[in-house]
Amino acid sequence: MTDPTPWLVLVLCIMATFVWRALGVGLATRIDPNGVLFQWFNCVAYAMLAGLITRILVFPVGTLAHSETVDRVAAMVIGFVIFFLTRRNVFTGTIAAFLLFLGLAYLRHSGRL
Amino acid sequence: MVIESPPQNWSKTNTTAFFAGIAAAITMPFWMVIGAMIGFGSLVHAAGLELGIGVASTLGIWGLPGQVAMVELFVLGAPLLAIITTSSMANVRFLPMVIVMMPLFRGDPRAKRWRYLMAQIVSINIWSVTMSRCPDMPLQQRFPFFMGVSVICLLGGAIGTSAGFFLAGNMPAYVTLSLVFLNPAYFVFVFSSVRARNCIIAVIFGAMTGPVLHLLLPNWGVPLTGVLAGSVAFFTDRLWTRNREAAHD
Repeated sequence: MTDPTPWLVLVLCIMATFVWRALGVGLATRIDPNGVLFQWFNCVAYAMLAGLITRILVFPVGTLAHSETVDRVAAMVIGFVIFFLTRRNVFTGTIAAFLLFLGLAYLRHSGRL
Repeated sequence: MVIESPPQNWSKTNTTAFFAGIAAAITMPFWMVIGAMIGFGSLVHAAGLELGIGVASTLGIWGLPGQVAMVELFVLGAPLLAIITTSSMANVRFLPMVIVMMPLFRGDPRAKRWRYLMAQIVSINIWSVTMSRCPDMPLQQRFPFFMGVSVICLLGGAIGTSAGFFLAGNMPAYVTLSLVFLNPAYFVFVFSSVRARNCIIAVIFGAMTGPVLHLLLPNWGVPLTGVLAGSVAFFTDRLWTRNREAAHD
């Protein structure tokens, strides 16, 4: 039989996350999209997402915490070089970073690094 | 002259825009979601939870940091209230994201009717595609485009979580690791491609502040980064504009 506890926790977590989403809907209708407050929220959204992504790469939790910081940083640096060399192409930058990270992770896995 | 489109053209616009959304999602975001959720699926497996919990939390919470927080704290046996607040705090970003996205759909009655559904199914992947593509589209195409992107990303979430769950233990750890690395790496380049000056400043300040504040206040680091770095970016941008206008006078 399925243990009901994780399902209960999950439903409560979904509801607790939906609160932010619903609050966003409620505020969106009250904020003038051409106004100053909207511009502030725009900056907050971008800063928050950029902060989150760097946090994930610099101080990862979960699966990514099992990788080496130097591997993640090296992959991102090379990714950036490729990104700018290919005139800011998101695809080539991402693939370059991914392949380098994969290579480094493989070398560590096989004990050659 | 503006010609009122007959209903047939409306439905054609809907279908075309919906498929444009599907196409936009399949080029990159779909695969990024699969990669990220493979990592989550294997985490769910390692935690000893069932697949249904994994897929339901992907589709229901629909924000990886909150999902990871829930699974990890649940396995540790943390108190219920701690699990819920930590998971919810990890996804505070949906508040400003929804505020910024919704005006793109203003005036479309379908978007008004389904606004809470839209807020529920938006994710960082869907949001960044919507924010970059929809401003250049006629209003009536935006809603079906958004839905097309969302359907594919949700599908990718379910596929990725299931794949990660079943492949856990069978896939070399370094492959899982690299797939989890894929999504944050992708977003670094997505956010490095923003064009508006205030967004560029916000991204730079946010990226510098995020890790530092996380060390000081693990649960509040990301929301605080948004408010602090976002405010600094906001005022820097305004000051910049004012100085330029002053220089012109």
